[in-house]
Amino acid sequence: MRTLKWLRSTTASAVLGAAALGVFGGGEAAAEGKQLTLCWAAWDPANALVELGKDFTKQSGIEMKYEFVPWTSYADRFLNELNSHGKLCDLIIGDSQWIGGAAENKWYVKLNDFFDKEKISMDDFVPATVVGYSQWPKNSPNYWALPAMADAVGWTYRKDWFSRPEIQAAFKAKYGRDLAPPKSYDELKQIAEFFQGREIDGKKVYGAYIFTERGSEGITMGVTNVLYNYGFNYDNPKKAYQMQGVVNSADAAKGLEFYKELYKCCTAPGMTNAYMQEGLDAFKSGQVAMQMNWFAFFPGLYKDPNVGGDKIGFFVNPAGPNGHFTQLGGQGISVVATSDHKEDALSYIKWFAQPAVQQKWWQLGGYSALKAVVDAPDFPKSAAFAPQFLESMGIVKDFWAEPSYAQLLLDMQKRVHDYVVADKGTAQQALDLLVKDWTKVFKEQGKEVASQ
Amino acid sequence: MDKMTTILQTDHAAFPGASGPAKSRTTRRVRGLSDRAIAWLFVAPTIALLLAINIFPLLWMIRLSFTSLNLSMSYLPLRFVGLDNFRDILTDEDVWVRLQTTAQFVISSVALQVAIGFGLALLINRQFRGHSFWTTIILLPMMLSPAVVGNFWTLLFQPQIGPFNYLISLFTGLPPSSFSMTGQVSLAPWTIVLVDTWMWAPYVMLICLAGLRSIPDYIYEAAEVDRASSWRQFWSITLPMTVPFLMLAVLFRAIENFKMFDMVNLLTSGGPGSTTELVSITLKRAAFEKWRTGYSSALAIILFVTVFGAANIYVKALNRVKQR
Repeated sequence: MRTLKWLRSTTASAVLGAAALGVFGGGEAAAEGKQLTLCWAAWDPANALVELGKDFTKQSGIEMKYEFVPWTSYADRFLNELNSHGKLCDLIIGDSQWIGGAAENKWYVKLNDFFDKEKISMDDFVPATVVGYSQWPKNSPNYWALPAMADAVGWTYRKDWFSRPEIQAAFKAKYGRDLAPPKSYDELKQIAEFFQGREIDGKKVYGAYIFTERGSEGITMGVTNVLYNYGFNYDNPKKAYQMQGVVNSADAAKGLEFYKELYKCCTAPGMTNAYMQEGLDAFKSGQVAMQMNWFAFFPGLYKDPNVGGDKIGFFVNPAGPNGHFTQLGGQGISVVATSDHKEDALSYIKWFAQPAVQQKWWQLGGYSALKAVVDAPDFPKSAAFAPQFLESMGIVKDFWAEPSYAQLLLDMQKRVHDYVVADKGTAQQALDLLVKDWTKVFKEQGKEVASQ
Repeated sequence: MDKMTTILQTDHAAFPGASGPAKSRTTRRVRGLSDRAIAWLFVAPTIALLLAINIFPLLWMIRLSFTSLNLSMSYLPLRFVGLDNFRDILTDEDVWVRLQTTAQFVISSVALQVAIGFGLALLINRQFRGHSFWTTIILLPMMLSPAVVGNFWTLLFQPQIGPFNYLISLFTGLPPSSFSMTGQVSLAPWTIVLVDTWMWAPYVMLICLAGLRSIPDYIYEAAEVDRASSWRQFWSITLPMTVPFLMLAVLFRAIENFKMFDMVNLLTSGGPGSTTELVSITLKRAAFEKWRTGYSSALAIILFVTVFGAANIYVKALNRVKQR
């Protein structure tokens, strides 16, 4: 019995001691081992950011933890997290279209005071990225993010195929001009038709890869590159939310028809639900002559042993009959309002905004939006795609960034996919229905929507 | 109660250190609980759990369905909108088209599954060499996760490298990359039916097999004595006696297919366009992509009432068949 008592008391002491050690020891460890969680999409630039973040940890002693989610579920996952006021992310690199909702719902910390205190000026960043990633309301001095990853839609092409004498001769014989990266969408379609079904190195190849994905944002991010250049706009620049005759203008309908023609004539079989990864796969496997994709992937493609280096070339989204624009991508970095580590998160942003860090970010494969980096005289020569990137960032347009952007986006996904891939109705009908959908969404949001 | 007391006393006897008064207190406490109270004690945690994870969310959802709540715009004041969400849904042409798509999918896939499942059950019900092996092989698809099934069929249907198109081209002479099972409006609805049937026909087979094995041998022996042909035995004995099992299989599969989401979402994302957008995909998009919480709650209620009502009518019919 005495032995049992001794055993009990010893065990109790041991447990209490261990618990005490755990509490105090853990407390010390927590004080020393600060940690920040950064949320973003799982893609090439995220790996570059992990590499870059090691410098921050070295300097600050704050460990960086990352939550990277594939693009197809990125919006679902993180908007759910923000909606539910979760504490998973201290820092978030959120999509440009989220900025309205994030600001209105107070998901992000407003950064104006912090920028003033730390002397971070938005004038030092590329204007399109400030408007696109940081400001809400747009074009007002209210900042909710620091431009982190500049991006836009661009094109890659098989430079090695384009430069082959027999291919050049065949192209010239058919179209009466030299085979070169296209400057207009008509030229692009000609080139795509030329390559479609052609046999190169014993393999059947296809003309172009374009975005057609249905589930998230794919086909919208693809079709807008054509629509903008045919005259499509989101609303009347002189009358906010007036969409009738702007979204569904005859020119916009022609643009939509063109995208469908391009899809039908010149893409590989089965590309009915394809986005970034499918494009990369198609290009890397030597299946397509030209590929629409985000600049973010171009460093990786350039390094590819099979299709990179001298074999790959880049060009800016071609112009259309009524303009020359390209779809803005990219994101800003924000501090999540529910984070318990706001001060540490702000210190990360302060560190990230430094020109030296931004320069390294570009060198590692990220895309800096800092003018000091992109306006440097040697920038165009710093990468094979740098000149095209610079030009693209000067002609970008973005999708709605309203709090209701998700509804607006999904409505456009449906209407465009129905017309382009599922052959439902006409282009004009698709855009008319889109105006109807968007009008409903804005009215629900309490906006006044003028019909004319 | 006597039995319980005895057990408790035996337990006490096993611990001689336990004091006398404590023992009697425990015994009194246990004796003080009625059978009903003990029953409630056991059932209470389950009821609490059900209330917390089923009933409360259901009531909350009913409440939300009468509001304008949109989680992506939670800064807007919450408005009570009465039956507006229900009216919007029931007058929305797109929702009706989605319901039609769902009904077509449910009817086609359940019909195929019942036909194939019943056929397989008739085959497996016979004793032959390798019987157990083939049963296991047939049952494999239903053991897989729908996410896995969706992903690997996507690869099988890939027009350029997918074996399915090559197989079809062997029989038809069509070039493999000339058609896309998941990307063509005419083929995509049949593609989801095909994959769902491949996966769930074995389940129907299992239920039918249980039905076939429940038919007593003496009935067939009597039929043999009466010189009934095999065809006659099938129509007069096998089929009527397995109908309740078939109806049960139809009920289970119809309810499941009405809710089908994961596999179809992976195979086609509801596309091309909205060709294979089942109502469950519409609901998910409204609730978790558009964040229209009020609207999607109303849609969920409409779907719940539809399934619940249809299932109830069906169960009554099933009971009538059983009584016959």
